Amino acid sequence: MKERLQQLQQEALEKIAQASDLKALNDVRVAYLGKKGPITEVLRGMGALSPEERPIMGALANEVRAAIQSALEEKQAKLEQEEIEKKLASEAIDVTLPGRPVRLGNHHPLTRVIEEIEDLFIGMGYTIAEGPEVEKDYYNFEALNLPKGHPARDMQDSFYITEEILLRTHTSPVQARTMEKHQGRGPVKIICPGKVYRRDNDDATHSHQFTQIEGLVVDENIRMSDLKGTLQAFAKKMFGEDREIRFRPSFFPFTEPSVEVDVSCFNCGGHGCNVCKGTGWIEILGAGMVHPNVLEMAGFDSKKYTGFAFGMGPERIAMLKYGIDDIRHFYQNDLRFLQQFNRA
Amino acid sequence: MLVSYKWLQEYVDLTGITAKELAEKITKSGIEVETVEVLNKGVKGVVVGHVLEREQHPNADKLSKCLVDIGEGEPVQIICGAPNVAKGQKVAVAKVGAVLPGNFKIKKAKLRGEESHGMICSLQELGIESKLVAKEYADGIFVFPSDAPVGADALELLNLDDEVLELGLTPNRADCLSMIGVAYEVAAILGREVKLPTVELHETSENVADYISVKVEATEDNPLYTARVVKNVKIGPSPLWMQTRLMAAGIRPHNNVVDITNYILLEYGQPLHAFDYDRLGSKEILVRRAKAGEKIVTLDDVERTLTEDHLVITNGTEPVALAGVMGGANSEVQNDTTTVLIESAYFTSATIRKASKDHGLRSEASTRFEKGIDPARTKEALDRAAALMAEYAGGEIVSGVTEVNTLKQEEIVVTITLDRINGVLGTAITKEEVATILTNLKFAFTEDNGTFTITVPSRRRDISIPEDIIEEVARLYGYDNLPTTLPVAESQPGKLTPYQAKRRKVRRYLEDAGLFQAITYSLTSEEKATKFALETAEPIRLAMPMSEERSVLRQSLIPHLLEVVSYNRARQIENVAVYETGAVYLAKEAHELPEEKERLAGAVTGVWHAHLWQGEKKAVDFYVVKGILDGLFNLLGLENRIEYKQAKRDGMHPGRTADILLDGNVIGFVGQLHPSVQKENDLKETYVFELALTDLLHAEVEEIRYSTIPRFPSMTRDIALVVDKDVIAGDIQKAIVEAGGELLKEVTIFDVYQGDRLPEGKKSIAFSLRYFDPERTLTDEEVTKVHEQVIKEVEEKFAATLRS
Ligand SMILES: [Zn+2]
Repeated sequence: MKERLQQLQQEALEKIAQASDLKALNDVRVAYLGKKGPITEVLRGMGALSPEERPIMGALANEVRAAIQSALEEKQAKLEQEEIEKKLASEAIDVTLPGRPVRLGNHHPLTRVIEEIEDLFIGMGYTIAEGPEVEKDYYNFEALNLPKGHPARDMQDSFYITEEILLRTHTSPVQARTMEKHQGRGPVKIICPGKVYRRDNDDATHSHQFTQIEGLVVDENIRMSDLKGTLQAFAKKMFGEDREIRFRPSFFPFTEPSVEVDVSCFNCGGHGCNVCKGTGWIEILGAGMVHPNVLEMAGFDSKKYTGFAFGMGPERIAMLKYGIDDIRHFYQNDLRFLQQFNRA
Repeated sequence: MLVSYKWLQEYVDLTGITAKELAEKITKSGIEVETVEVLNKGVKGVVVGHVLEREQHPNADKLSKCLVDIGEGEPVQIICGAPNVAKGQKVAVAKVGAVLPGNFKIKKAKLRGEESHGMICSLQELGIESKLVAKEYADGIFVFPSDAPVGADALELLNLDDEVLELGLTPNRADCLSMIGVAYEVAAILGREVKLPTVELHETSENVADYISVKVEATEDNPLYTARVVKNVKIGPSPLWMQTRLMAAGIRPHNNVVDITNYILLEYGQPLHAFDYDRLGSKEILVRRAKAGEKIVTLDDVERTLTEDHLVITNGTEPVALAGVMGGANSEVQNDTTTVLIESAYFTSATIRKASKDHGLRSEASTRFEKGIDPARTKEALDRAAALMAEYAGGEIVSGVTEVNTLKQEEIVVTITLDRINGVLGTAITKEEVATILTNLKFAFTEDNGTFTITVPSRRRDISIPEDIIEEVARLYGYDNLPTTLPVAESQPGKLTPYQAKRRKVRRYLEDAGLFQAITYSLTSEEKATKFALETAEPIRLAMPMSEERSVLRQSLIPHLLEVVSYNRARQIENVAVYETGAVYLAKEAHELPEEKERLAGAVTGVWHAHLWQGEKKAVDFYVVKGILDGLFNLLGLENRIEYKQAKRDGMHPGRTADILLDGNVIGFVGQLHPSVQKENDLKETYVFELALTDLLHAEVEEIRYSTIPRFPSMTRDIALVVDKDVIAGDIQKAIVEAGGELLKEVTIFDVYQGDRLPEGKKSIAFSLRYFDPERTLTDEEVTKVHEQVIKEVEEKFAATLRS
């Protein structure tokens, strides 16, 4: 009997090993462990055994049954795994085929530059002031120390609508309006971005419409060294930590002293290249201390208050930064141009 | 202003400073030196030659065979093609081995069988611009004065060994429109002295009053008029050194009298005019405003009609010059002139600017008057001109000056403290440093306990307030020495306004939805200005447009966005999706500023989505664009307040256009372009929208408030309604929502059918209705009751039947 059980175990394990799919395995299970299976049959013959032998045989039979059961489970798991893998293999795809495109547009390069500058100055505590593009002669010129007849305000250079109304030629009238609103009380700390217009023929370097960003700070004890420090901080954040700035004396009717501000070339680091025309410096801004006439006209006491102002052209900055060669690109809106400015 | 480096040395010592170094110093201190031009364009080996013989070339009509002494060995034979070459002339000879501009090497040559050992040069061949060459030498070789030493370096005689600094002057620095002015600036930078020209006058015993009397009617325009008479002048060429200085300064030499007036203009910045005294036709000068319609023929032989805005110099009756701008042809100095009336006057800038603009005449003289001259130099310049005419035109100076002077020159005195200077600049400059700077500027000043009282010289008309002095100190102290600090005031947080923040989000949303941001021009044509406009007003036209295409301010962004689509399509970009945010301009009363309203517009065409290998391709249609806008309204929290209404608009497809309403007011529209408009613009099916961004962003929206996430299951019931074809889905949906009441939380359209399986003129719309109550689980009966009520109402209202 013992031999019979061992033989059954042997047979069953071989059949389990041979079973190639779940159905065959189930047949083996039914054949050996079923109610009509040979092990049950063997156990049925236990009555013929002596009482001493019975428990021993019973235990042996259970061992055999357990061994077969465990082999079945193991095989079952293996076959199931194989089945899954087969199924998954059949589901394989070509991962190199193109994905379903997500359609994305992006900022215009000028907006990209303007928002970057806005954010830099917001970080320094500035707010953004906006104003009308169609402006009164008073705010565009007179309030900025450009009285009628001043050579710097030639009719030829501006788009007038009536004698008193024109398309603003710079964003400075926003400064004048903002100061006026403050009614002689500081501090004023603003950035003014916007569209401006001049009577220029459109070509590679001129555009009758372009953008400007100006900044203004008015408070007690504002010094020119503060202007230098502010623009230095701006230049480093905008063009790189290694950038330096330098002031060159200049003239604007609304500031005194006035300077032009160069930033050390971000292309060559100041050694000289074609971007900086070999000088190592790139002219980026006009700036200066707010002219006392401008302060007084806006209602500020120029004995008590001082201020600085600066202005720059996003077109120029974008052209330098991205190597754009023709200002007309900004207003033609060729998609092959626009979509180049898509990176975060 | 072109400044000859060699000439400048006459007024200020430049020892130890090259032209280039000087240029750098000037630039650093405030006047940009735009270029430093080396006049020698690579010329080598050109000397003065003496033409000993000249005869006709035996084989060529237009060539001369010359024998020229070049100061070394035997005279050489040179073939010359210039028509003006003649025996006895002193000429510029490029010897064999010489180099001319453009690295042109002179070799021994044979011209039509005759040997030529060099070349006789014109000034152009030596690198001088044609427009600077005196007329008599314009078409031929240059002839030196007869005393030019044979064999001498021609370049030196022609001052071509000089360098010229081109100053880019800002309007405030008109003082540097003269050599003396530049000398003061350079002296201030270098801390050196200024040497002014000395004027020695030898006058005749005659009195100028016997020659001329001057009357000024227009004293506002002409506060100072001075004149001298120089008689017995001989018109001829001016000395070579003067001619070469004029050329270096960009002025073409003419004759001695005219050259001297130009020379003084450059030296003193005082424009002069020389009249032929005998051609004046009277013994008086009357300065007055022109009469309307009065005419004058100016030196350029153009007859000009004058207005009362223009100032004229007259002989008492007839105009003889357009004051400060150009002389009259009737009184021009000519070769036979013997008596010259020199005018040195101060005309105010406004009147000159007007005349120069009206007549399109910009001259060296008018430019200086426009920018403002120093009247303190007017008389000295006159004297110096007379002295030079005596010296170089053989003239005799009639005694005295005729002068009309109504000038009210007030001395400008500026007071400033050292503390203020340092306070504005953020520096720690000392009293002594400020004093040195003022001394170098040659400003008269006193200093008392840190307070400077400065008398500003009349040449520096740009300085009148303390800040101007601060600037002088700052630029000469050096901006590189300025410390860098940050404002010390208490800092406030910087922040976008809610409007600005929302506008940024709107842009970002549209870009993430697939649209590119365009920026187009605000100026357009009259025709395009009002097209597609949400609201229109009287077009705002520029007074002086540069072109019709850019003459009127836009009232809609769509026309230019359509140009963008056309532009791209013309470049084989078929799928275009662009948007723009920007102002439109709506006129109010003529004296008022127009209203500027910000708009958001877009144009979309072509394939919207394509994933071809998976068989997906979707062309842009109305619902693509509407979907984008729905997302936008969601973003702004306005989705429940927006309504689309079928609409008819100019330029738009009558069946595929909707007005968009916010709280019942039209704030925009969306739709397909009218096919005829598409055709006109060479476009395929194109959809556009324009929204009143200002209104959208200003619409008040409730703050976000959390609402409980439903814990109880919802129940969904679907219905398909068969209705007449022209019943609008939105109306049914609205009716369902109303009928559904509290429990109905969501209505979705999931199918629209029209076709064979329905009777003619009918369509079916299928809705999915979701019911729930956040507080409890709904029973089937409750929902059924409400749902049946919904069905009943829509059946009645739209004559709908349930589709089985
Ligand atoms: Zn560089």
